[in-house]
Amino acid sequence: MDIFQLTAVELGQKIKKKEISVVEAVQKFMERIEAIEQDVNSFVTIDKEGALAQAEAVQKQIDAGELTGPLAGVPVAVKDNLCIEGQLTTCSSKILGNFKPTFTSEAVLNLQRAGAVIVGKTNMDEFAMGSTTETSYFGPTKNPHNLAHVPGGSSGGSCAAVVAGEVPYALGSDTGGSIRQPSSFCGVVGIKPTYGTVSRYGLIAYGSSLDQIGPIAKDVTDCATILEAIASHDEKDSTSVLREDYDFTAALKDDVKGMKIGIPKDYFGEGLDAEVKAAIQKAVEVLERKGAIVETFDLGLVKYAIPAYYVIASAEASSNLERFDGVKYGYRTEEYDGLHNMYKKSRSEGFGAEVKRRIMLGSFVLSSGYYDAYYLKALRTKALIKAEFDKAFAKYDVIIGPAAPTTAPELGKSLSDPLKMYLGDIYTISLNLAGLPGMSVPVGTDSKGLPIGMQIIGDCFQEKKMIRAAYTYECATNKEHETIAAMSRKEA
Amino acid sequence: MANVISDETIEYVGILAKLELSGAEKENAKQDMEKMLDYIDTLNELDTAGIEPMSHVFPVNNVFREDVVTNGDGHEAALANAPKQKNNSFEVPKTIG
Repeated sequence: MDIFQLTAVELGQKIKKKEISVVEAVQKFMERIEAIEQDVNSFVTIDKEGALAQAEAVQKQIDAGELTGPLAGVPVAVKDNLCIEGQLTTCSSKILGNFKPTFTSEAVLNLQRAGAVIVGKTNMDEFAMGSTTETSYFGPTKNPHNLAHVPGGSSGGSCAAVVAGEVPYALGSDTGGSIRQPSSFCGVVGIKPTYGTVSRYGLIAYGSSLDQIGPIAKDVTDCATILEAIASHDEKDSTSVLREDYDFTAALKDDVKGMKIGIPKDYFGEGLDAEVKAAIQKAVEVLERKGAIVETFDLGLVKYAIPAYYVIASAEASSNLERFDGVKYGYRTEEYDGLHNMYKKSRSEGFGAEVKRRIMLGSFVLSSGYYDAYYLKALRTKALIKAEFDKAFAKYDVIIGPAAPTTAPELGKSLSDPLKMYLGDIYTISLNLAGLPGMSVPVGTDSKGLPIGMQIIGDCFQEKKMIRAAYTYECATNKEHETIAAMSRKEA
Repeated sequence: MANVISDETIEYVGILAKLELSGAEKENAKQDMEKMLDYIDTLNELDTAGIEPMSHVFPVNNVFREDVVTNGDGHEAALANAPKQKNNSFEVPKTIG
């Protein structure tokens, strides 16, 4: 078996048993990246030299018995909105095109403490605003299963890198579905944890009340293992939560007997692709045969999640992105007349169209005279949506539905109608509003061979139930849907 | 009711957003915003009277710690990212006449 088909945990075991050295592993993945990256464009930055230096250092620590964890020596790619000291961190934006942070994000530090080797920074929608990775200043990432299609977004580079076998696993971030939707489109497993589980320190903010960092990998075991490594209580993030449990791998049990699964009728209505619907229903039947109790129910308020989200996320984005002003870091326009003109020109030339669109909307809904009617109305709607989920989780252990209404669209077909693109987030977005954990698990492909993802939603702090359901499904289906992309076009 | 965004509103929002939009960009922004606001107005179907606005899902409290310096002098590294610097400071256009 080729090394790039191994899961992160399997590779970690081989490294531990000295079947392969960390340097050899990194070199193999670099060869893979060099062979296919021009087709996929998963990365903004590939740090070969740095990765090999890290590999040597990590190998020494493994040999000295200082690093014994499951991820020691395993290469990883990190979404380009996570700061790493001294390493280019662009958010796939022109305005941060030359930014090298002076500190490292807590999630990445946690990975480094576990012995991870960071091979590069992955492409994304600019400032994580988008669902296709096409708004990147550095060009779109392609879906490794079919290069004419998008990988989803905004963590499209991370998901594509994993399914193309360029890295065993990656970190992404999820503000409205940005881990789960591209995981669904690429056929990988991705988890958005409960809000506050992974420190946001060093994550360049988009919508601070919604953003969460999470793992993207080939299987459920990897994701649980990575989440266990990156989750921590951090006093540098005031919204970080001290959880009662961090032992997510304890939930890797092949058992859903008696587990109550709620299927929201509203997630299977108009707009859902027939092939996606059939694949999710089939997957739910698998869990039912394993002893889960499945019941359909009315979730309610589903159609209000997207408008509420775009008010809240745009409002927070307009505030968070004020810091990009051409003074402290990033792009500054060439010619200007005074300070304010410098701000305006730098920002207008530095930000792309989608980012400007959201900053404008956010500035409007926060402006005097509109704040109550739009911003507070959206926050009240959020309270109602959370209450709907509370009601559902009083009855069910997990909720299951699709991660996205369709499989990956073709490149170039999404950006011309933003509202239509936003509607693609309908099943993922409400979780961010309610702070809930969710994950996407591959459950099949459509007639074009494009992956379909099942979304499992847990109550706050109930990742373990979600992981148990996903793991049980994986065992029952023998991981048949979790294959990496053939990337055969290149060799053909 | 369909929202209509006036030229004045786009001008004003541009000032708030610190963005300088070209003529074509302004027209697009108007259309985008009108379309989005029409869509956002579906929230008015919901009766939210008496519902407290929820900014955070979990209770958020101030987090206090002792004010002890833990980081060293990072000014060189911080300034290294500045588009322009002068005398160990960020250089900006003249702000006082």
